[in-house]
Amino acid sequence: MTFDLASIRADFPILHQEIYGKPLVYLDNAATTQKPQIVIDTLRHYYEKDNANIHRGVHTLSERATKDYEATRDTIRSFFHAASTKEVIFTRGTTDSINLVASAWGSANVQAGDEILISHMEHHSNIVPWQMLCERSGATLKVIPMNEAGELDLETYANLLSERTKLVGIVHMSNALGTINPIATMIAQAHAVGAKVLIDGAQAAAHVPVDMQALDIDFYVTSAHKMYGPTGVGVLIAKQAILEAMPPYQGGGDMILMVTFEKTQYNDLPHKFEAGTPNIAGVIGFGAAIKYIQSIGFEAIEKREKELLAYATKLAQAFTGLRQIGTAKDKACVLSFVLDGVHPHDLGTILDREGVAIRAGHHCAMPVMQFYKVPATARASFSIYNTEAEVDALFAALTKARDMFA
Amino acid sequence: MFSLGDLYQQVIIDHTKSPRNFGKLDPCNHDAEGYNPLCGDQLHIYLQINADNIIEAIKFEGQGCSISTASASLMTEALKGKPVAEFERLFAAFHHMATADMEEAPDEDALGKLAVLSGVKEFPSRIKCATLCWHTLKAAIEDKAEPVRTE
Repeated sequence: MTFDLASIRADFPILHQEIYGKPLVYLDNAATTQKPQIVIDTLRHYYEKDNANIHRGVHTLSERATKDYEATRDTIRSFFHAASTKEVIFTRGTTDSINLVASAWGSANVQAGDEILISHMEHHSNIVPWQMLCERSGATLKVIPMNEAGELDLETYANLLSERTKLVGIVHMSNALGTINPIATMIAQAHAVGAKVLIDGAQAAAHVPVDMQALDIDFYVTSAHKMYGPTGVGVLIAKQAILEAMPPYQGGGDMILMVTFEKTQYNDLPHKFEAGTPNIAGVIGFGAAIKYIQSIGFEAIEKREKELLAYATKLAQAFTGLRQIGTAKDKACVLSFVLDGVHPHDLGTILDREGVAIRAGHHCAMPVMQFYKVPATARASFSIYNTEAEVDALFAALTKARDMFA
Repeated sequence: MFSLGDLYQQVIIDHTKSPRNFGKLDPCNHDAEGYNPLCGDQLHIYLQINADNIIEAIKFEGQGCSISTASASLMTEALKGKPVAEFERLFAAFHHMATADMEEAPDEDALGKLAVLSGVKEFPSRIKCATLCWHTLKAAIEDKAEPVRTE
């Protein structure tokens, strides 16, 4: 598929505005991506024409809403190459998905003496739920270390794995560093000791293809809003056999077949894990976002994003006083850095006045900051609609900031 | 519209690059820690208050952005040798300046040099950076054991 940058930019109405009189340069895509017109139109269409509660309505609107909601489940199944729509559970987002697994799967499968293994570059959402599980169960949380480049230490990983390891939780792509972790081999190693694997795909899913079956992933979690979709919706994709054996997470409507005061019979997959009225519009909008990604294709996306990162990295390396945080061989879309003499938070403010939106802070990955002994980093993160001219604008603004504190 | 220059005035840049009263005060009879989890700012303020309730010595250490560092530096300069009552008056004036309406000019008579920080009110996400040191100093004077957090 050919990659037409101008037509992609035209798909995103928000990009075409000025901030303080300068063209908006949106480089905070790792926090959330912007939404293409087709996603905005889908949400609008749903609320204007189809809004109704799903699954039990017999009227036309409910049937339409149900059909579109369930069609998205199939879109997602095919996008992630899951075996069945029974394996696709809609959630509020990545954080909600991980909490679901830590709570429902964790309570049934993790006991005192067991170990949960996560990596040093996890987002807080893939740390805290496991800490909470360990506190409840008496299990131990262990951490896979990383090197200065921001790559996981696979030798130590192999040594940390044992029959005590019940679950390995790894970020597919680090939001703070851009590192893409070698999940295929890591999953195979974990399976060899009988551990299950949860892959946090919040950052990766819009940038690299995922094949649930080929990679033999037990749990994959991600959020729509980092994939050009709406906020407040995400997905847990997991092997059917694991989900069947798991107790429910939340109780309520939709997750039941029969309720009496004596006993409740739970609904079948995937509904067992979708208690209450879900974010119907959000799910349908998520479907539109996935189709948008499919219309461009990962081959074109990966090629373009590599090009852009290479361009930005070259400028970063030539920029006096700039230290990159995260220089893994396999990385994507994220340029995290600190600048001598200018605190990241001041950079964020100064760049904003130049129309350049970046993020400054700990990126919800405080252990990564502790590793590099920095209080915070500045992070520019790229997407399919960013241009080389925007990267130039970033570095022009950085020059201004550096001169201000010179 | 405030420009960047209104926030990052030369005085602020100067106090960022060479903060006054920076370091640990030993001995001291009051101290407290402050954190701004949003930015990762960390601050430790040390005080020596004498029997007449005069702030005889005040120092700070830690790491933070330009606004938080300059604010702490200017604050220590303004309060060294002053009675504790002066802290209360200045804190009230400073807090008012940082959160006042955009149109309201800072009260330079009341604030003195601290008025250079009035630009923060145009940058809502940065107000906490400027006020962290004041909240931390209050905790130190009141001997609060828990560190101050801005959120």
